[in-house]
Amino acid sequence: MRYKIIFVLTFIVVGIFSFNQARSQGFEKFLRNSQISGNFQFDGMYYNKDSMIGAPDVPQKVLMNAFANINYTNGPFSAGFRFENYLYALQGYDARYKGIGIPYRFVSFEKDKFTITVGNSYDQFGSGLVYRTWQDPSLGFDNSLDGINVKVNPWKGITLKGIWGKQRYYFDLGPGVVRGADAEFSINDIFTKLNDKALRVSIGGSFVSKYQEADDPVYKLPKNVAAYGGRASVSYKNFLFNGEYAHKINDPSTINNRIYKPGNASLLQMTYAKKGMGFYLAAIRTDNMSYKSDRNAEGIDLNINYIPSLAKQTTYSLPAIYTYGTQPNGEFGMQAQGIYTFKKKTKMGGKYGTNLSLTYSRYNAIDKKQIDENTPIDSTGTLGYKSDFFKIGKNAYYENFNFEFSKKFSKTFKLIVDYFYIQYNATVIEGHAMPNIHSHTVVVDMTFNINDKHSIRSELQHMYTKQGDGSWAFGMVEYTIAPKWFFSVSDMYNYGNSIAQKRLHYYNVATAFAVGSTRIALSYGRQRAGILCVGGVCRYVPAANGLMLSISSSF
Amino acid sequence: MKTTLNFGLIFLLCITMAFAQEQQPANPLGLKKIPATELKTLDGKTFNTAAIANQGKPVIISFWATWCKPCINELTTIADVYEDWQEETGVKLIAISIDDSKTSANVSPLVNGKNWDYEVYLDINSDFKRAMNVNLIPHTFVINGNNEIVWQHTSFSQGSELELINIVRKIAKGETLDAH
Repeated sequence: MRYKIIFVLTFIVVGIFSFNQARSQGFEKFLRNSQISGNFQFDGMYYNKDSMIGAPDVPQKVLMNAFANINYTNGPFSAGFRFENYLYALQGYDARYKGIGIPYRFVSFEKDKFTITVGNSYDQFGSGLVYRTWQDPSLGFDNSLDGINVKVNPWKGITLKGIWGKQRYYFDLGPGVVRGADAEFSINDIFTKLNDKALRVSIGGSFVSKYQEADDPVYKLPKNVAAYGGRASVSYKNFLFNGEYAHKINDPSTINNRIYKPGNASLLQMTYAKKGMGFYLAAIRTDNMSYKSDRNAEGIDLNINYIPSLAKQTTYSLPAIYTYGTQPNGEFGMQAQGIYTFKKKTKMGGKYGTNLSLTYSRYNAIDKKQIDENTPIDSTGTLGYKSDFFKIGKNAYYENFNFEFSKKFSKTFKLIVDYFYIQYNATVIEGHAMPNIHSHTVVVDMTFNINDKHSIRSELQHMYTKQGDGSWAFGMVEYTIAPKWFFSVSDMYNYGNSIAQKRLHYYNVATAFAVGSTRIALSYGRQRAGILCVGGVCRYVPAANGLMLSISSSF
Repeated sequence: MKTTLNFGLIFLLCITMAFAQEQQPANPLGLKKIPATELKTLDGKTFNTAAIANQGKPVIISFWATWCKPCINELTTIADVYEDWQEETGVKLIAISIDDSKTSANVSPLVNGKNWDYEVYLDINSDFKRAMNVNLIPHTFVINGNNEIVWQHTSFSQGSELELINIVRKIAKGETLDAH
């Protein structure tokens, strides 16, 4: 409440300030510099009950999510807000998204070397291991910080940041207060002599603390929980190396079953890239590193930090059935990737060049040992477990091998072929006991250009597996009239399900119209129950059958 | 109380909006300038979008991500004809990756591996994406020599690149666009 008052007061003060400034400089100039922009999105769906796929009866029949961002800028001054509307939220979104409101609004101005933002802000320290606030409407995820955000560049190459506030919790704020600071030093920019050196180095460090009252009758809980981290980035010619380490003090929470063990996370990334080829190698280890501004929060609520997932993300429907979701209590992951292009007008490259890419990613448990003979691992109120940093846990969570071939054969024909091997530990990732999935998927993606405007794209996919729902086949044909029209028909068929009644078709018909920055899409069909993941954060999407309308626009 | 404040805020913004409408005579086309936001280059330097320039020639700004298939389709399709486009119109394409820390380190290997000749920047915290009001990607903008946004389009389908180059040709010749 108090925040809101402070916010509005600041807004008025800044407003008056810019008005006075405008008067002295000429009102016309002020108006000329004024700029309003924004965007809008609407998703509405009419639901049919479909007991075959498990789509429930929706009492409201139609559900909708909508939002609009309105931003105003005038030179160094900017302000904006987002109006959100859920009457009621679409299936699969948290039911606490309910009603209408303005959960996001900010005012920001730049003066000298300062940028000051009051109200909601999105920011991150390094790659986010101790602090990252962000938003993704398709996930229904928003952990923006409502408070203050100050950024200052006191010297070329030095960036200091400070944040203080509470996090968004649906149409409310979370109970904990989050305070933090970050410093980044780009060595080559600080020292003029080093400006043009091939070796570039930058280092950074951050500190975050959350405060939440504690009145647990049994346990003495820490009210202030600190997390801190350091990072370094080194680049030399075609090489780039990033390293980051973060530590969190003891933070008993619902997620970690209230253990008192401190947490930590390490991230290493290396790339080598030059024209025609690129290599990437990365590893991550996290140990009890879930960090939320409410110790009782669950799922994706009130995350202060962000654990990036190194599992390959794909948009092809069948391999996407088994997508990895980050395990907050600990995981050991790695990814290796190579991309290579055979040049144009060579034997392998042909007329237009040939592109190959190879990716391997894998996730395992971390090593966990009992703290003593009598205490089981993860016992509430204890230190939980002991873990050897360099020892990888035996339990495999996920494995993905992907090979992709992509080539334009002629002006009229383009081909992409993909192969995926995926091993998926559903017991850990989805949280219900079932055997590990081992699947092989082949995707053939072809584009035929009929003429400059008309083209047909088709996707054929097949997934072979004996576990889970068994094998699947997928076919899709898309017809586009560039740049405005799009039509598609697809079917996903679970022909290999061991239960005959579950050998179902998930058909879909869709059309879209895009003009300028506006896109209207209409689709009808069935949607499979599953997990939708973006950026390592996942949500469960229930089965649905119905007609969906989406409108997206910006100005 | 809460709603009163929210309404107060909307009211204030409406007033400013109303003033902004008044700007029309001063700037008849109502074209928007590119907002100034900080991005990172692939080797970790800071780049401010206020510095986007192409000696008075048009610029294409394309928002994409390593996990977005249609985006990669668009940039691959343009890559095949990019040299011709540059020779003809002097256009420059700036590809803004909105990959977050999960996949941002993949951008440089992908761009190089695909042999793209674009200027590529990382918008890891989505600041520029928000400032440009991008909802869905791919989202492509055409900027004229005065750093004003003259055209934009969401989504990509095979053949859309032809509309894009037609727009760029008009801008390069100094023509104005009809309302889209």
